[in-house]
Amino acid sequence: MEEYMFLMHVYVFALAIFVGFELITKVPPTLHTPLMSGSNAISGITIVGAILSAGLEQFTISTILGLIAVIFAMINVVGGFLVTDRMLKMFKKK
Amino acid sequence: MKIAIEIIYLISSILFIFGIKFLGSPKTARKGNLFAAIGMFLAIAATLFDQQVLTFQWIIIGSIIGSLVGIILAVKTPMTGMPQMVGMLNGFGGGASTLVALSEYFKKNPNYPVDQGLVFNLPVDQGIAIILSLLIGGVTFTGSMIAFGKLQGIVTGKVVRYPLQHPLNALLALFVLGAGAYVVINPSMMSIVILITVVSLVLGVLLVLPIGGADMPVAISLLNSYSGLAGSTTGFVLANNELIIAGALVGASGIILTNIMCKAMNRSLMNVVLGGWANAGAAAASSTTSPKGDVKSIDAEELAMLLDSVSSVIIVPGYGMAVGQAQHAVRDLVNLLEKKGVKVRFAIHPVAGRMPGHMNVLLAEAQIPYDKLLAMEDINDDFPNTDVVIVIGANDVVNPAARHDKNSPIYGMPILNVDYAKTVIINKRSMNVGYAGIENELFFYPNALMYFGDSKEAISKLVNEIKNL
Repeated sequence: MEEYMFLMHVYVFALAIFVGFELITKVPPTLHTPLMSGSNAISGITIVGAILSAGLEQFTISTILGLIAVIFAMINVVGGFLVTDRMLKMFKKK
Repeated sequence: MKIAIEIIYLISSILFIFGIKFLGSPKTARKGNLFAAIGMFLAIAATLFDQQVLTFQWIIIGSIIGSLVGIILAVKTPMTGMPQMVGMLNGFGGGASTLVALSEYFKKNPNYPVDQGLVFNLPVDQGIAIILSLLIGGVTFTGSMIAFGKLQGIVTGKVVRYPLQHPLNALLALFVLGAGAYVVINPSMMSIVILITVVSLVLGVLLVLPIGGADMPVAISLLNSYSGLAGSTTGFVLANNELIIAGALVGASGIILTNIMCKAMNRSLMNVVLGGWANAGAAAASSTTSPKGDVKSIDAEELAMLLDSVSSVIIVPGYGMAVGQAQHAVRDLVNLLEKKGVKVRFAIHPVAGRMPGHMNVLLAEAQIPYDKLLAMEDINDDFPNTDVVIVIGANDVVNPAARHDKNSPIYGMPILNVDYAKTVIINKRSMNVGYAGIENELFFYPNALMYFGDSKEAISKLVNEIKNL
């Protein structure tokens, strides 16, 4: 099983790419910016890896890198979702 | 515990999928953003219960710092600064991927830095994922920071050229791949891993530096896509499906936006990335004769009188409106005209401004309802039945040469057919050429009138004149 794990991940990746294309074939131009900043916040999911590194039992170089990664990813996540909401709040129909 | 964490990751992935789906429609967009945010919260919470996580002080400190910076950025950045804000956030995502990949690499020698004997136990698949993470994450990080600098005006917005540009970049990319393969086979070569990181960071700078300001909508959406892919590669490093899925979704959405932007300029992605247009423009400017004829101009008072007797107006905003921060003045103009019974709409070119949807965000900030904003294909047929078109700080996207002049570098680019209207008012600071570096023959048309001045000042002046009528 172990040796097929990598292949399974490629599998998931390929399918998710297709899902991504299907989800957003037609986006009205009004939403181009919020879609970008919102999806950008989602790419901050790297925070998972950052937490795994910053929370190591022993303090090593990996912890330091993890700590900086947590800061970076958190800026990405918090800034991204908040600014998207701020933008979307402004969009009003007559 | 492990199975519970995995189930929460699954739920979180599904929330991301719904989030992105809902972000695609104006009615559900806010809900979509909320769904995605909840998904992120769940993923973070679940990760805290991972058996690898044994100390919390660094996570807490990092989260507090990152959240504070994020909140300040999100609240303080003015709407005119959105392109650079999005660019910067992209960069942080990419940077995090690079850092996680490095961190995971060092974990493979648990005794580092105590034991300098450096025996790294790195499986091949994980090694490949780490190298790709370093490359994509590094390029995204520095590339986005350069894009940020260009949009903020710290780095020149012009097309920058340097000797051996393309061979150099190709060489660096090949180096990363070659050295990466070597490291996968010899994981203990720590210095090469660090070199790969540095080269990837340099590559990001070199790739984005040549891209000109008006091509930023393409660059920003492409970097957005990269930040997603960087998340995916991190997922491969950690063998975590949620990261792979979330990254792939963002990667795909970024590619779709990139495609829309390229189509709107009738250019291939290659052409934009290689910084090709400015060259063509310079060549064309010297070879083709500039349009002949008289340029007529109009002042605020005359324009106010002209607008007093019309029934339909279309406003075409461009980057000049963003630079001049004229969106609020434009709103006042719209309100005045509508009070007089004039039908006012906006025509938005897909690449107007510096990022996809830039004009829509600015006009939304000025409280102009989004159903007044029409996309190019929805409004282009209406220009012949329109009394007055007011072009505010746009240039190449209204140049009729794109339709008929085969020698023009912008030939074939879809444009807004403003010249078909009865009268076209062009608000510009001067007769200077636009980004493509070519004269706009529209300015010499018999139905065109130049209204010179900074967009905010000019429109405010016009508003006052209309009030005084």
